[in-house]
Amino acid sequence: MAIIERPAPGTTVPALTPAAPAITPSRTYGALRRPVATTGWKSWLFTVDHKKLGLMYGATALFFFIVGGLEAVLIRLQLAAPDGKVLNADLYNQMFTMHATTMVFLFVMPMAAGFANYFVPLQIGARDVAFPRINAFGFWCLLAGGIVVNLAWFLGGAADGGWFMYAPNSGPVFSPSKGVDFWTLGLQIAGIASLTGAINLIVTVLNMRAPGMTLMKMPVFTWMITVVQFLLLFAVPVITVALFLLTFQRSFGAQFFDVAAGADPLLWQHLFWIFGHPEVYILILPSFGIISEVLPVFSRKPLFGYPFVVFSGAAIGFVGWGVWAHHMFASGLGPVSVAVFSLATMAIAVPTGVKIINWTLTMWGGKLVFTTAMKFAIGLVVLFTIGGLSGVTHSVAPSDTQQTDTYYIVAHFHYVLFGGAIFGIFSGFYYWWPKMFGKMLNERLGSWNFWLMVIGMNMTFGPMHILGLQGQPRRMYVWTEARAGEGFFNLGFWNLIASIGSLILTVGIGLFLINIVVTARSKVRAPLDPWNARSLEWMTSNPPKEHNFDSIPHVHHLDEFFHRKYEEDPTTHTMREVASAEDVLAELERNADKHIHMPSPSYWPLVLACGMPFVALGIIYSIPVAIAGGLIMLYALYGWALEPATAPESDFDAPSSNGHAVGASHG
Amino acid sequence: MTTDTTHNTAPSHGTDHAVEHGMSTRGYINIALILAAITALEVSTYYVDFGPLFLPSLLIMMVVKFFMVVSYFMHLKFDNKLFSWLFYAGLFLAVGVYVAALATFHFFLR
Amino acid sequence: MLRPATVMRLGHHMADTATHEAHVTSTGLSNVKLGMWLFLGSECLLFGGLISTYMLYRGRVSNGPTPEQIYDIPFTSVSSFVLLMSSLTMVLAVAAAHKKDDRGTNLWLTVTALLGATFVGGQVYEFTAFYNEGLGFTTSLFGSSFYTLTGFHGVHVTVGIIMLIALVAINKRSRVPGSKSETVEMIGLYWHFVDIVWIIIFTLVYLIPV
Repeated sequence: MAIIERPAPGTTVPALTPAAPAITPSRTYGALRRPVATTGWKSWLFTVDHKKLGLMYGATALFFFIVGGLEAVLIRLQLAAPDGKVLNADLYNQMFTMHATTMVFLFVMPMAAGFANYFVPLQIGARDVAFPRINAFGFWCLLAGGIVVNLAWFLGGAADGGWFMYAPNSGPVFSPSKGVDFWTLGLQIAGIASLTGAINLIVTVLNMRAPGMTLMKMPVFTWMITVVQFLLLFAVPVITVALFLLTFQRSFGAQFFDVAAGADPLLWQHLFWIFGHPEVYILILPSFGIISEVLPVFSRKPLFGYPFVVFSGAAIGFVGWGVWAHHMFASGLGPVSVAVFSLATMAIAVPTGVKIINWTLTMWGGKLVFTTAMKFAIGLVVLFTIGGLSGVTHSVAPSDTQQTDTYYIVAHFHYVLFGGAIFGIFSGFYYWWPKMFGKMLNERLGSWNFWLMVIGMNMTFGPMHILGLQGQPRRMYVWTEARAGEGFFNLGFWNLIASIGSLILTVGIGLFLINIVVTARSKVRAPLDPWNARSLEWMTSNPPKEHNFDSIPHVHHLDEFFHRKYEEDPTTHTMREVASAEDVLAELERNADKHIHMPSPSYWPLVLACGMPFVALGIIYSIPVAIAGGLIMLYALYGWALEPATAPESDFDAPSSNGHAVGASHG
Repeated sequence: MTTDTTHNTAPSHGTDHAVEHGMSTRGYINIALILAAITALEVSTYYVDFGPLFLPSLLIMMVVKFFMVVSYFMHLKFDNKLFSWLFYAGLFLAVGVYVAALATFHFFLR
Repeated sequence: MLRPATVMRLGHHMADTATHEAHVTSTGLSNVKLGMWLFLGSECLLFGGLISTYMLYRGRVSNGPTPEQIYDIPFTSVSSFVLLMSSLTMVLAVAAAHKKDDRGTNLWLTVTALLGATFVGGQVYEFTAFYNEGLGFTTSLFGSSFYTLTGFHGVHVTVGIIMLIALVAINKRSRVPGSKSETVEMIGLYWHFVDIVWIIIFTLVYLIPV
């Protein structure tokens, strides 16, 4: 194994210096030589670096956010006025299905995966994740899955059965286009990303914490991500089963959801929601984690009741398994089932309420700093509470029966998902941008971004409460003036308000994209510790070096970074600064580890994931293509298995004195 | 990682020890013999009428076999408790949600 | 000259398959083993869903044959017994691997693969027989759910056999005795899991009538 000497302390090594590839593998393992590029596109394509993969997850998610957002705008344009002409019924069905699918599976989940990939190893003081190659494989699966799902747009129309794709409506009789096939197979591939990611991150959190970082000293973001990974670990296989059954029915003539053959359509609903309800916590808990980092930093106070926040998060994750049938109250479950699931649903509001109280008390009496990140965090607390309250009204089964399939439901889940999950993600953008890119997002633009999103979001989704209670059904592609009602409750007025709101929202999010460009062009570097932050990820350079920490910090406190900067004054009992962030970092660098070994890049994750879309397309169009895809995957697995986990010394050329490889020609 | 010398959450005996201290070859063969005997008993329910004991006895034998393989062949009994927690979390969650789902179909009343 | 930090990724250290080196982790447990148990926990939910689907649909036979009409209990009992005994040979392979006895390891791995292949062969025979008796994949809900459940299990066994054969091949090339012992143990866990799933299927699917 190549032992790499650290430069002498003092000679700073810039983080991502383009360096000559000093060593080349001279031996071929499996089928291909190891990739060696350290810069350029190849260094991204074959990377196993958790930070690069985190950014790739983020960029992919952001792309799909724009796609899903445009789909939403088209929906609102269609509904802005009676008898809308923007979309026909068929296209409208595809639009709302793909809007939800994209936002849930291709934006919020991968964005959370991106943040988790980037920050969990940093927050626990690790240099990478437990399984770096599997991590890369997960990202490529997500991308492949997203492409397959969206490919249907160009090949005869996208999926059109709604994001929960109820059977038998999603069967071959009622959904004859190939859209649903692309949807099931694409999500199946994306599911592999979630499953491998879950195993990877759980093992990382359990096994790779810095010395002294006990579970109860982990930042709340890492905790919430851990809870989410357990939810994914156990929820993904359930949707996998459901998707397989549907694929088998559509492609191979199985009868699982064929009512004429005696099938029970509720089977799909159960399988989907056993997955689907944990899924909503999979969507929201990462954002809960993000604002649990942001609120203390900008309140200049530790998080109020850390153990309560942690355990309520775990409790949400646990109870979240016992409430799925509240999505099915109108399906005729019977009074006992409805009563049980109704009670469980009311119970789950308790741990959520605990979190809201803890966040509020974190801010109480703090010296609040209203940065954009903080504004989004406060926005989440307020908007999620509104969404949570309308959620409690759903737990009351008789009331829910009235609301089922109306815009009231749409209003509820947009308050918790847009006001909750997405506001948390934006808070994370503004908070962690300097860490990821070494530059601060513009705060002025950020403020506009925030306020336009708050106004736009309330204008779009607020009126939907009224629309829903007035009886406007979800998924209807037109509404007519004749049935719009009178006065204050006129559907026309509130639909128009909602559509105008969606345009304001679009402008708000557009400002964020502009902000990214403005920031990227700016030459101003972010200070080392711009927010006076508290947790370990800030104990690195901006952006972090490839190996994250020069020496692995020994952790003694929750909020370790804060406690290295501040100590309690014994006389006044106030915290006073004893070291700057620069001092703390210099200390780490003085004790820099002599030998740092990082995992090598690899071709195999990408090649393996590349085989999957072929399998999917083969199942849809022709089996030989699927076999070709399977062969690609076998080839990749062969290479992967033979690529030694620990490269032997002989895999590397002896370094020459000028740092370049010698004898790269042999082998 | 070379520098990662951490031992904070109750370090256990490593995996190798657990296996070595697990069982002898003789022990494994004994377990296999018991498993074979139970299987024979299970199959006998197909030929001999067990009356009302039929269903409960089959389910009990299934569970006994299941946990014997998990405990002894998969070493969960001797291994770190964390492995048991992770696996049984999935197992009991699966039993819980699927039994509940089948119950809503009135599966157990038929 | 000293090399810059950016090339360090070429030194392949944080193992992501077999970590036979003594890595010190926070829990003191091996990464792969934790990962494997997490995966098996997840698989419980997968097979749980398939078994539940079968249980719900096993009595819905349309015009096709019923389970009682086609199940051949003596035959399936024998193949179940074969799979059960493959768990014994697998555990003997793991024990041999931990004693760095590569000959014994390879022997028991091969026997395990052969027993597994016997089981899969039996399943192929069974499927063919059922098909000839009128139970196709599309015949009835019973047919669809039966073939899906047992087919998924069969695929798992087949993947296990491929891993066993590949492991024997890799083991033979290895010059360090016992260097693959953790991989043997991991494949062992997977193999036993597939066995316990069959323990459940054998009782719930075959022995308990509708």
